[in-house]
Amino acid sequence: MALGLCPALAVTTRVVNGLGIGAALTFVLVSSNVIIALLRDVIPERGRLTSYIAVIASLVTVVDLTMQAYTPRLSEQLGIYVPLLAVNCLILGRSQAFARRSEGGHTVLDSLGIGLGFTVSLTVISLVREVLGAGSITLFPMGNFSGIVKIPVLSDSPARIMVLAAGAFLVTGYLKALFNWTRMHQPRSAQPSQERAV
Amino acid sequence: MSTGSRSAPVTVASSPQFFDSAHTRRIMWTVSAVLTPAAAWGVYVFGIHAFFVLFASIIAAVIGEGVMARILNRRTLRDGSAVLTGLMVGMTMPPAVPVYIPVVASLFAIIVVKWTFGGLGSNWMNPALAGRVFVYFSWTPAMTGWTMPSTLPQADAVSGASMLGLIKQGLSGTGGHVGSPLRFLRDAGFPVSTTDTAVTDWLNQHVLHALGFSIPGGYVDPFLGNIPGSIGEVSAALLLLGTVVLLARRIITWEIPASYFLSFALLTWVFGGARYGTGLFGGDILFQLFTGGFILGAFYMATDTVTTPLTSAGMLIYGGGAGILTFLIRFYGAVPEGVALAIILMNVFTPLINRYTRPGRYGLSEGRR
Repeated sequence: MALGLCPALAVTTRVVNGLGIGAALTFVLVSSNVIIALLRDVIPERGRLTSYIAVIASLVTVVDLTMQAYTPRLSEQLGIYVPLLAVNCLILGRSQAFARRSEGGHTVLDSLGIGLGFTVSLTVISLVREVLGAGSITLFPMGNFSGIVKIPVLSDSPARIMVLAAGAFLVTGYLKALFNWTRMHQPRSAQPSQERAV
Repeated sequence: MSTGSRSAPVTVASSPQFFDSAHTRRIMWTVSAVLTPAAAWGVYVFGIHAFFVLFASIIAAVIGEGVMARILNRRTLRDGSAVLTGLMVGMTMPPAVPVYIPVVASLFAIIVVKWTFGGLGSNWMNPALAGRVFVYFSWTPAMTGWTMPSTLPQADAVSGASMLGLIKQGLSGTGGHVGSPLRFLRDAGFPVSTTDTAVTDWLNQHVLHALGFSIPGGYVDPFLGNIPGSIGEVSAALLLLGTVVLLARRIITWEIPASYFLSFALLTWVFGGARYGTGLFGGDILFQLFTGGFILGAFYMATDTVTTPLTSAGMLIYGGGAGILTFLIRFYGAVPEGVALAIILMNVFTPLINRYTRPGRYGLSEGRR
């Protein structure tokens, strides 16, 4: 799951950004992997990377244009990071490692799981960064709710460094440390035996 | 170092086998003691709130250290390093800062910079300075609001600014022909204390007249500590006195302060005059040395043994680099004070410097190093 964190550093300055890019990535991941899995017998070995990129890029374009049309402000915030999903290592990596050898059904589950995990991680990172760095939580506007929840004490003088790059690295590092710590302290039987995608 | 006597049974350990009274605890408490006069001066000229800032940062550092020691099962509360870090953090704070800021700085220094990276002996960066930089970028307005010391006459025109801050805002690029930073400050309304005028006149008449030159008024204030600034950095005189003690006890060595001073002074002298219109070789060295955190940084922060290179050559490179960076940031950077950033940047380079200044191994022939 540490793959593909590049967008994490740049965009996770608001919770809604984390949710948005997570959702976009999940969509691209699931759909591209399913297509690649379904076509795995047709795509030749030597031309596979090119074909994968073609599939992924088309799907990213779909997502990008959809976001620009239906969630313009979010799209503006995320800026170039949505198109950059096309070269996100996570998507390409999964298709290389998994999608080209598995059936459609398995791929869907695998991709959904990874996409969801990615979304959760990014959202957690955004939550910490935004709460500490801007004193608010920004969600989707719904009806009368403008989408911004202000935290009373922190929003007066937040620690601005958290929404800058240093804060991103700090939060990501500590989150990873937390994962490692929980994994170290789990009882033996509960530890997963299949591949650890870190 | 001298061999001391041990009354315990003989223990056989690998080299080095010198024993000395310079235990960690003693070093830490000595440095803390030596910093106290400068901190006390800061409280004296800036008021009681400065004391609360120092107190809060020390307490926060000790608590942070205690919590981490509990979590990690190590007992280092007694070795004075937390108190020293807290004191250093407090001394780099502006005197009127809201108390939560030094608390966060201390906690960041102890928990994130010190313990996350391995504890005493493994810091990758000076914790106090890293803490300061963290809060500087987090709460910049609070960290750049300065108070006038009580020993200077009040001047409304320049309230809230520091000398370097005024210069950074007021002089842009190489415009102007004001001649010197002191002249610029006088023109901007920065006051001079009567002590300064008196001492300067005395010096000019009795000492420097014989040598054939005179100094303008305005240098004595920064030297004594009658300028706005962080709590612990203003009094160059007291800090330098402390340095003598540290050098005498071999707690710090001459290489880093000397190379830091030389490179910074040289660059300031050669290029520093550009923005004041005095051309090359016309920079004002004394002003740059005594304002801002230079003395505190060069002698106390940059010499922290863990984050600095091991060999003499390495230390000279480290000090030189810090001087260059400080010069660049102070004169051309976006922030007025460059010492903290320069030192932590050089800290990050220390492993690289260590790698390239490894001393030759004894006993091997010339060709194989």
